[in-house]
Amino acid sequence: MHRWHSVMTAAALAAALTTTAAIAEDLTIGIAAPPTSIDPHFHNLGPNHQIAGHIFDALALKDEKQQIQPGLAVSWEVVDPTTWEFNLRKGVTFHDGSPFTAEDVAFTFERAPDVPNSPNPMSGYTKGIMELEIVDPHRIRIKTDGPYPMLINELSNVWVVSKKHGEGATTEDYMRGDAVIGTGPYKLVSFTPGDKIELERNDAYWGGVEPWENVTLRMIDSGPARVAALLAGDVDMIDDVPTSEIDRLRQDDNLDVWSGPSNRLVFVALDATEDALSTGMIRDHEGNVPSTNPLGDARVREALTRAIDKTVIAERVNQGHAIPINQIVPEGFVGYIPDYPLWTADPDAAKALLTEAGYPDGFQLTLVTSNDRITNAVKTVQAIAQMWTRIGVETEVETMPHSMFSPRRNGNELPVFFSSWGNLTGEASFFLGPLLHTKDKDKGLGGANRNRYSNPEVDSIVETVLNTLDIEERERLLQQAAQIVIEDYTLPTVVLQTVHWATRDGLRYSPRVDQYTFANHVRPVE
Amino acid sequence: MPKGVTKITAFIIRRLLQTVVVLIVMAFGVFVSVYAIGDPVDMLIDPAATEAQRLEAMRNLGLDRPLWEQFARFIAGAAQGDLGQSFVYKIPAIELILLRLPATIELTVAALILAVGIGIPAGILAGLYPSAWFSRTIMSVSILGFSLPSFWIALMLIMIFAVALGWLPSTGRGDVVTVFGVDWSFLTIDGLRHLVLPALSLSLIPMALMIRMARAGMREVWLTEYVKFARAKGLSPIRVIGLHAFPNTLIPIITVLGLELGSLLAGSIVTEVVFAWPGIGRLVIQSIGVLDRPVIVAYMLITVSLFILINLVVDLLYAVIDPRVGYGDARK
Repeated sequence: MHRWHSVMTAAALAAALTTTAAIAEDLTIGIAAPPTSIDPHFHNLGPNHQIAGHIFDALALKDEKQQIQPGLAVSWEVVDPTTWEFNLRKGVTFHDGSPFTAEDVAFTFERAPDVPNSPNPMSGYTKGIMELEIVDPHRIRIKTDGPYPMLINELSNVWVVSKKHGEGATTEDYMRGDAVIGTGPYKLVSFTPGDKIELERNDAYWGGVEPWENVTLRMIDSGPARVAALLAGDVDMIDDVPTSEIDRLRQDDNLDVWSGPSNRLVFVALDATEDALSTGMIRDHEGNVPSTNPLGDARVREALTRAIDKTVIAERVNQGHAIPINQIVPEGFVGYIPDYPLWTADPDAAKALLTEAGYPDGFQLTLVTSNDRITNAVKTVQAIAQMWTRIGVETEVETMPHSMFSPRRNGNELPVFFSSWGNLTGEASFFLGPLLHTKDKDKGLGGANRNRYSNPEVDSIVETVLNTLDIEERERLLQQAAQIVIEDYTLPTVVLQTVHWATRDGLRYSPRVDQYTFANHVRPVE
Repeated sequence: MPKGVTKITAFIIRRLLQTVVVLIVMAFGVFVSVYAIGDPVDMLIDPAATEAQRLEAMRNLGLDRPLWEQFARFIAGAAQGDLGQSFVYKIPAIELILLRLPATIELTVAALILAVGIGIPAGILAGLYPSAWFSRTIMSVSILGFSLPSFWIALMLIMIFAVALGWLPSTGRGDVVTVFGVDWSFLTIDGLRHLVLPALSLSLIPMALMIRMARAGMREVWLTEYVKFARAKGLSPIRVIGLHAFPNTLIPIITVLGLELGSLLAGSIVTEVVFAWPGIGRLVIQSIGVLDRPVIVAYMLITVSLFILINLVVDLLYAVIDPRVGYGDARK
């Protein structure tokens, strides 16, 4: 009732104050993550990609399940193991009316990796391109150094800009909006850092014209404030709904909540190396530094893994807003093992394993996490600590801000930590390569391997996958490696986070695993 | 009065020199403490980045250098007005803050106007009629203003005025008008509507303070001989209050007002976050979250400078209000 009253008042006021006729066709979204730049190549950062996705297109686009779909390229084929040919979409125009051609693609791939001063460059996505050849205005060939199966996946992150407007344009030109000319569903109207982004529909969009004439993305970083803005009718939709508010919003007849799994896996990492003992975070049952690392024994790691009741963590700690998992990718991603059972917690079996490994009295651990990144991180580690203590592994909990946590974790000072990983490519290789391959600077692998895991078998599979173009073979290899690491128990996964949007009545949003909020995926319902 | 002018000039010069010393000590303290925390590279780059990319990013940000060298570079830059580039936005930190400062100033000034405009008359009223029912109400409200946490008040204001009644927008800054290259929202109706709730929420603590100070001052002054005399002479109450009593309560009020203006500028963080107000408070919170060190340091230095400047103005104002105040060396 109250809400309707407020909507009516707002509508009456809006009608009195503005002359815009089509108020019903506008969409305002309260977004949690503020972008740092609207130069689509400046800073490789989620919130920036989210804005760019409204204005620009890439050769391929990712659907809600993060699988590759045609974008500015209608099709592509691997001509020989090191050559890819892309057929570009014909009849596409930029926002200024100029036609989109292969020249724009070539220009984009030249500019993207080389934007001056970039805090996190896009070069990782274009590193596969050795040579680019324009065959005709709507056909390009890309040569790679060796077979490069992830090429299209990586290029789907590089937003195609107009050569005409982009040539010589600096990040400042983009920030002023002059150079922000794309082929995407919306045109940029204005960007006010820290406040809002205003967009206007592109009536010539190749993917069909959007139902929303004007879109405003308002940056509201505080969760309660986003909810209040939705309740007040100031915005039509919000993203990243605080988990504590989900049930309440669901009960509101005037609102709808849209939920789905994310690509973010929450896990515990165990350092099995002997060097881990010097941190003092692993102690024997009397609190002294033991002579060998108990985590070096696979039975001990299995015991710790089996002691964790993931259902309790998903249903109680996260109030049902998380999904129990023991695999390294969510369902639907390449590398997911279809028939693999979800273990149930078994404290008795865990205790037996500890006794078998020679730790009938258990030992002591310190489990560490950051308290400002993962939803319910503190409550989850407290629950895990209790579950471990129950099987005899007395566990202390230590939490700290992420900015303090990450250098200590990266410096291998935390042999038992709780963290998360968002899978950006939709393939298990994005988990195995950075997190579980042996740390290897020259090969560029294991960059995020913080528990010093090293298994030659896994290393060799990961390296083979890097050069395997055949998708079925890749899938088989990735599943094989996944099973090995799952049963090595050094990185037991706990839950998959879920992600939530809330809209006013009459709107529909298809939840995206990559957690992006795109106005062009919001649809009116009758 | 050439002697008085010289004294004031000497006072200002002395204060400015003290300011420079304070700023250098501050800069060192903030720099060392901020630079001792965490690793900004982690916050900026892709978690999947390779070791080579990490090292490259560290080099780009100058973080591969030893701390003393980073500090030396910072001080050398700061002396020329360059406080370094934001790691995230890659524009000068000072420019980034100046870009957001008008929004904060606007909010702070609006809050202060509300605090003074409502708080002082209410306080005077409560001081003149200490046992009337409305005075008791005013004092109870001022206790609430002090004791309720500001984020809670802010959310309650949103719930009442935006969600339940729908009179005012819940968050954001609304339409702005650009004057001299700076965006101001108080010049548009939509902007003013957006300004009301955050300004009111920010004004509650200083308003409570103003009420208490005006009341206490009034009660004290009202019983002094000269006020009694003025009343005995048969002057109208308005004249007694406005000309004789009130001006003599002003010294503590001005002092507190100066302090409050400073702490509001620096302390509007919670209000800005709750109302999604695009000011410096929200900027610094976001910067702390991603360890954007140059912005944090620049923010601290700018707010400290503002604080010192405001206090200087307050000290100078004393002389205007109270001719007995001089600017000699305190030690004499």
